[in-house]
Amino acid sequence: MARLRSFLWSCVSTPLNALLSLALVAWLAIALPGFVRWAVIDAVWRGGSGQACAGAVGACWPYIGLRASQILFGLYPAGEHWRAVLAGALGLAGVLVLLLPWLRRKLAVAAALLLLYPPVAALLLRGGVLGLASVPTREWGGLLLTLVVAATAIVSAIPLGLLLALGRRSAMPVVAALSAGYIDLVRGLPLVGVLFLAVVLLPLFLPPGLQVDNLVCALVAFGLFNAATLAEVFRGGLQSVPRHQYESATALGLSHGRALVAIVIPQAVTAALPGIVNVCVEIVKETTLILIIGLSDLLGVLQSGVTDPSWLVSDEVRRTAYFFGGLVFWTLCFGLSRYSASIERRLGAGRRG
Amino acid sequence: MLNTLLLAGVSSVLATLLGFALGLLRLSANRLAALAALAYVEIVRNVPLLLQLFFWYFAVLGTLPLPRRSLAVFGFAYLNRRGLYLAAPQAAPSFGAFAAALVLGIACWYFLARAGRRRRVESGRASALGWGGAVLALLLPGLVALVAGAPIAWDRPRLAGFNFSGGIVVIPEFVAMAIGMSIFGAAFIAELVRGGVLSVPRGQAEAGLSLGLSRWRVYRQIVLPQALRAILPPLVSQYILILKNSSLGAAIAYPDLMLIFAGTVLNQTGQPLEIMAITMATYLALCLGIAVLGNALNRRVQLVER
Repeated sequence: MARLRSFLWSCVSTPLNALLSLALVAWLAIALPGFVRWAVIDAVWRGGSGQACAGAVGACWPYIGLRASQILFGLYPAGEHWRAVLAGALGLAGVLVLLLPWLRRKLAVAAALLLLYPPVAALLLRGGVLGLASVPTREWGGLLLTLVVAATAIVSAIPLGLLLALGRRSAMPVVAALSAGYIDLVRGLPLVGVLFLAVVLLPLFLPPGLQVDNLVCALVAFGLFNAATLAEVFRGGLQSVPRHQYESATALGLSHGRALVAIVIPQAVTAALPGIVNVCVEIVKETTLILIIGLSDLLGVLQSGVTDPSWLVSDEVRRTAYFFGGLVFWTLCFGLSRYSASIERRLGAGRRG
Repeated sequence: MLNTLLLAGVSSVLATLLGFALGLLRLSANRLAALAALAYVEIVRNVPLLLQLFFWYFAVLGTLPLPRRSLAVFGFAYLNRRGLYLAAPQAAPSFGAFAAALVLGIACWYFLARAGRRRRVESGRASALGWGGAVLALLLPGLVALVAGAPIAWDRPRLAGFNFSGGIVVIPEFVAMAIGMSIFGAAFIAELVRGGVLSVPRGQAEAGLSLGLSRWRVYRQIVLPQALRAILPPLVSQYILILKNSSLGAAIAYPDLMLIFAGTVLNQTGQPLEIMAITMATYLALCLGIAVLGNALNRRVQLVER
């Protein structure tokens, strides 16, 4: 009760504050009912086809309902959806295993999972062997593609970024110069540019006759670009480990490599973890850019569906599509950023305490 | 490239203004306002920029009316599906004299303000010379305008047939991108402004309050100058990010650097390596330019330590 009182008092404590609060409440009073009317009351909830939304003034939810399988899986064949779901479930199980509190040697388990999961998932999704029907990558789409690109980008960029950060701090001048040059070069470019670069240049560098599909180009581009970003995050983490940690390790007889792996890197990664999760949130948001090179991720499927003739009936279809896409991305990213905040709190408590 | 620079410049300015306002709102004592600012930042930061740009371009600007029924702003600006039509300023005959008077007025204001500041520092009493200079800067050009006539003639857009003629046209892609990128950038700038202000020790503000300064003066003269030291480096990298995000214009066909080079020129010349190298070099040069300027500004603001 006292908190409510202090909240309300703070809203009117000065004339300026009172005016501001009045303006905000007035805006809410107009916008919120309007939004509820658009999303719930005037919305079209049932319908068998695009015609159900003709002349609608509210959200067109049949657009999401009828196209659910495309929004989730893209053009993935309907009979093979179980493979995508299985791959996702395996990934989730792997992440949950890492979160088990009683599990020891988490880094080793994580490394093992990271080595095992990608080939298994790629096999499940791509098919063509072991009796599974082949599904070419251009049929992947929707949320499946978003998660595949995000997960692959994260998993490939983290080790590469760590290597680059270590290389930048290396005592060998050539390695340090090359790493620094790569990081500064790639960080100055927009991701769209790196995507175009990959799509245009990758086929030139591979032997002729080898077909490179767009998804592989996109994954390479994402991995390389985010490795540079993560390298800077790791660099911050490495710089935060006091030099005497490394010196004590070498004084105790550990070689340079073991001192790094056993002492410095774990501390650096722990310090850099909030920054890493922030970059992961950015990666999830950046996956929407593969629209530009012709792949349809979640946003792509929603966007291209709006221009489908059977759905070109009302402006509300487009608004519903964007609202739904925004909602999905917001839940993903907000969840990840809350996780990052909780990590920060937990780590900070240890240091400050 | 000019399109890219124009878009990045306009978005940066708008994002900075909005971002600073939001950041200060986030720290306000008014909890409702702080909550509203927090909601804005969290919503805008967690939705992809491309989705926001599509929203502004298709769902907002795409539903604007046709030219015949444009939204009019005092007869000076018209907003419709084909773009934003603004009245174009054109130099009237008296513009030269007006400009000269303005420059003279501003120069006098600068010197008078300096003299006033010196007098205040030496004597301890506030001096009104700065205000006198401001009045002069307003009076001189005003007198010239009264005597010689208005210095600027406006070329207003007029509806002729199906479209507007005259005035400046701002294409809807630019408007959508500018709005989208400003709103997105403002959310990030709000967070780093908040971080910067929070990094100033509380004792500074408390000392100012205990000396009897009003909250506004404490903010403006004690907290903000010190907060600026912490705000400037991430702010510069935010500007670089805005420049790089302008390349997303390729998705809504805004003719910026990326679309022209990697799209049109690549298709026409068919020499991918050279074209991509030129594009990359241009972006690198632009980003490096911003970083260098930012570093120079940063050095002026930093603490002078041993």
